[in-house]
Amino acid sequence: MANSDKLIQFRHRYFSGRLVGEVLSKSWIDSAIPFAALIVVLVTMAVLVPGMVNIAYMADLSRQLAEFGLVALALTIVIMSGGIDLSVGSTFALCVLASLVGMNVLGLPVAVSLALALGAGLLCGLLNGVLIGYLRLRAFITTLVTLVIYRALYDIIFPRLASAIVGNTPDSPAWDYLGFGAFYGLPVSFIAFVVIAVAIHITLSRLRPGWRLRAVGGARKSAYNAGIDVKRTVCLAYVTSGLLTGTAAFLFSARLGSTGADTGIGMEIAVLTAVVLGGVSLGGGRGSVGNAIVGAVLVLILTNGLIRMSTPGSVNQLVLGLILILAVLFDAKWVKNRAKILSKVYVSPTYLALPSRAERHQAQFAPNDRLGESELIGLGAVEGPEDVVLDAADHLYTGTRHGTIVRFFAPDYTRSEVFARIGGHPLGLAFARNGDLLACVGGMGVYRVDPQGTVSRVTDETNRSWLSVIDDSRLRLPDDLDIARDGRIFFSEATIRYELSDWVTDALEGRGNGRLICHDPRTGQTRTVLRGLIFPNGVTMCRDGQSLLFAETWACRISRYWFDGPNKGQREIFIDNLQGYPDNINRGSNGTYWVALLGLRTATFDLAMRKPAFRRRMAKRIASDEWLFPNVNRGCVVRLSETGEVLDVLWDLAGRNHPSVTSTCEHKGYLYLGGVSNNRIGRVKLCDADSAWTSSQEYWGQV
Amino acid sequence: MSAAEQQTGARGPTIRERLLQSQEGIVFLLAVVAFLAFSILLPSFLSSGNLLVLVRSVSILGILALGMALVVIARGIDVSMIAVMVVSVSWAFVITRAGYPFELALLIGASFAMLAGIMIGTLIAFGEVPPIFATLAAGSVIYGTGRTFFFTLEMQNVPPDTEWFRLIGQGNVFGIPVTVVAFALLCVVVQLVLRRTRFGWMTYAMGNNPNTARVSGLPTRPMIVAQYASTALIAYVAGLILASSAAAINARLFNSTMIYDILLVVVLGGIGLNGGHGSVRNVILGTVFVGILLNGMTIMNIDYTIQNLVKGVVLLLAIVVDSLVNPRDEQTSQQGDL
Repeated sequence: MANSDKLIQFRHRYFSGRLVGEVLSKSWIDSAIPFAALIVVLVTMAVLVPGMVNIAYMADLSRQLAEFGLVALALTIVIMSGGIDLSVGSTFALCVLASLVGMNVLGLPVAVSLALALGAGLLCGLLNGVLIGYLRLRAFITTLVTLVIYRALYDIIFPRLASAIVGNTPDSPAWDYLGFGAFYGLPVSFIAFVVIAVAIHITLSRLRPGWRLRAVGGARKSAYNAGIDVKRTVCLAYVTSGLLTGTAAFLFSARLGSTGADTGIGMEIAVLTAVVLGGVSLGGGRGSVGNAIVGAVLVLILTNGLIRMSTPGSVNQLVLGLILILAVLFDAKWVKNRAKILSKVYVSPTYLALPSRAERHQAQFAPNDRLGESELIGLGAVEGPEDVVLDAADHLYTGTRHGTIVRFFAPDYTRSEVFARIGGHPLGLAFARNGDLLACVGGMGVYRVDPQGTVSRVTDETNRSWLSVIDDSRLRLPDDLDIARDGRIFFSEATIRYELSDWVTDALEGRGNGRLICHDPRTGQTRTVLRGLIFPNGVTMCRDGQSLLFAETWACRISRYWFDGPNKGQREIFIDNLQGYPDNINRGSNGTYWVALLGLRTATFDLAMRKPAFRRRMAKRIASDEWLFPNVNRGCVVRLSETGEVLDVLWDLAGRNHPSVTSTCEHKGYLYLGGVSNNRIGRVKLCDADSAWTSSQEYWGQV
Repeated sequence: MSAAEQQTGARGPTIRERLLQSQEGIVFLLAVVAFLAFSILLPSFLSSGNLLVLVRSVSILGILALGMALVVIARGIDVSMIAVMVVSVSWAFVITRAGYPFELALLIGASFAMLAGIMIGTLIAFGEVPPIFATLAAGSVIYGTGRTFFFTLEMQNVPPDTEWFRLIGQGNVFGIPVTVVAFALLCVVVQLVLRRTRFGWMTYAMGNNPNTARVSGLPTRPMIVAQYASTALIAYVAGLILASSAAAINARLFNSTMIYDILLVVVLGGIGLNGGHGSVRNVILGTVFVGILLNGMTIMNIDYTIQNLVKGVVLLLAIVVDSLVNPRDEQTSQQGDL
């Protein structure tokens, strides 16, 4: 290998940029940026403003946070429903007025005053909710107008009661406790805020009303089509907003015991800034309680810091407005471009040098037409029979793209039935000793189908590796499996970075994204056995009962792995430098193995695999349907000896029936052929084969 | 009522039908009723002095509403008009007091307004921020900038030795106040721009269906910038007239409900917030109606706060009617369209 190639290999192994795409694909990335901003602002403020870190100040700040944070939560709920509420400031003022009238003027008990405040909030929210939810008015303009109306009401009532409010002080210990009391050092109002925030978080993220709310905000039409009462959901969002604002106002009045003409003025801008800055998206559907709180803390710290530096109010207004503009701008661009950026940077190619195609194989791989005259089974009735397998009664089973396992009845295989419905595309199939059919299902996991056709899950997760950014505990693309004599199930997962629909894209990376996994039914545990395999595909047990063969498709090799016995844990190359991309492997008669090659290598793509920068540029610059892909359209079937020698190669010369073969199954003198993108199964008579031999009989003995 | 409808009908609708079946007609009737009622019930309403005050005060509102109409027809909204108005005019006066020639100061004020409009338009067109957000935040920023860097006093008097400037707000041409003449002139200009120029046609196209306008190849982004810049300029002109007639400009107008009065005029006049329709006629109608309403309430000595309440409720009702008459089109309304 030339030195320059070593450099390329080094650069793309350790600095492949794979993490950028993986980090961008995480859902927490939406919240990570505001959180980082919060840390920066906290540190800056602590350095710039003297006396910022101080217990008394913190206590005061936490009381402010309780009030401000509740209003931020109110707005968050409305924004997540796809609307907006600008009237929160005026509603807040009216609710403060209601609770103070209750406490100071009428001398009512605390509970009744709370009810008054909540009632005022409820009415304000209800008006908004009915107008926007049921009458379908525009949220922004409507709440802008109700802001004026509520404010006018406040301006009418407040001067008439101002002296009564200021003149009386209620004699209520509970009221004072709420405003000034502390519980284990924490202000009471702050504790109330935390409790409410947790309750809302659980509702939004775990309970049905929260899911409905987010569904309506995320996609209104789809939510309607899914049967959600959109109008009621929207209306309730505004009512909840009103109630939360009422609670905040009640805490505010308990703390200050009075109100002024400017209570709540400009609050909507501050709260809006907080919420958008925290990462709640204005389009609706995206956001969380955590976002709202991060934003609220940010804005409170900023405004308090500005006040402490004794800047005039207009600077405050300027700064808040600027931050709001920047946050909204970022939000608009982020929501629009995130998927675009992700699709550009997610594909992360590495260096993969395949040896040049060996001369020794050229003669053996000479095309013939031994598959050309195959009998066709289920032509047009099956779509995507990736794997085929036969049972003791000679019935033929295959998975289809529609998420079913289809059974063709012996002896002529013209009749078929849906044997089991699974829901995902079944790929590798194998029979266990007791006659259960085990299936690797793309995107789902490993499933078991008993002879009556009942489906049960075997496993759908494995141990998560600590340092991987994407969650590799879920099985994305389990591909093929086989069962050891002691009942352990060994299966391959082709890649952890792509879904079944994008499986070919993994070829552009050439990285070891796949793994070999073992499920032990005795302990019920699933553990990853080998990592870093380059698209591991076919898996089959060797006849010694201690080792297995697995194919690595893009590396064009088959390896042997000992899971038991004296060589346990070792792995060696069985055959490498194949002429094509190996798919499933199956045992054949006379101690041989059948390997399906789904396509033959080409010099162009082999060269591309040594040029990762080229593939990266290609993935970034041009549309995916114009990318250079490996040849998966033209393949053949190879018969290997017990020691990995090529014995025989079978082709479909015209390519009409089996241009690309993904699996084979020898059964009683016939070879059955499947193809993942084919619409038929083929059956070819093998002239030199034992006409009584079946794979299960040989492996499991006489059942 | 489009020309196509009139052609297909066997006979044109009668005047009575036209009045009762369109929002415009209803508002027109309401205006007439309010005018008659106030004339009979309020003895001082019909006096020539009061009518003059009415027309003069309302024409500033009308000019601002013309600017608002321009962006609303293109399916936008601009709630930063008042901020642009007070800051640019106040700054022009401050510069004059600092010793610059008055004319140059006026030019600088105009450039500031223009710049603010261009920046708002850029934010909306290229930043893809919803217009109401952009203008709400921009209003706050512009006002904050003004109060922080340009001037500290809320009241800015018109600089001395500018007699011709006072004439705009207080003079008469053939017995008609200059303010009203200016409003009429601007009405004509805007009407010509909207109906006779490519700019106007594109504005209607963008309001009718922004996506179609974009894929048909209209330069929607530069258009949006141009629209907000024109609106800001109109706001500046209105501010000059206002300052001239009151001999001063008060920055606190930004905190008043004036922007809602403008929206009231536009929405009541029948320019739907969905965009795509309405014309100068609607602005005039809305202006007259709102003017009669405000003037009547002032003569009746209704408390300022209660006036706000009444205006708010009327605006809310107008929006309800607007959304019933022009329901939002599910096909063209987008996710996150607030």
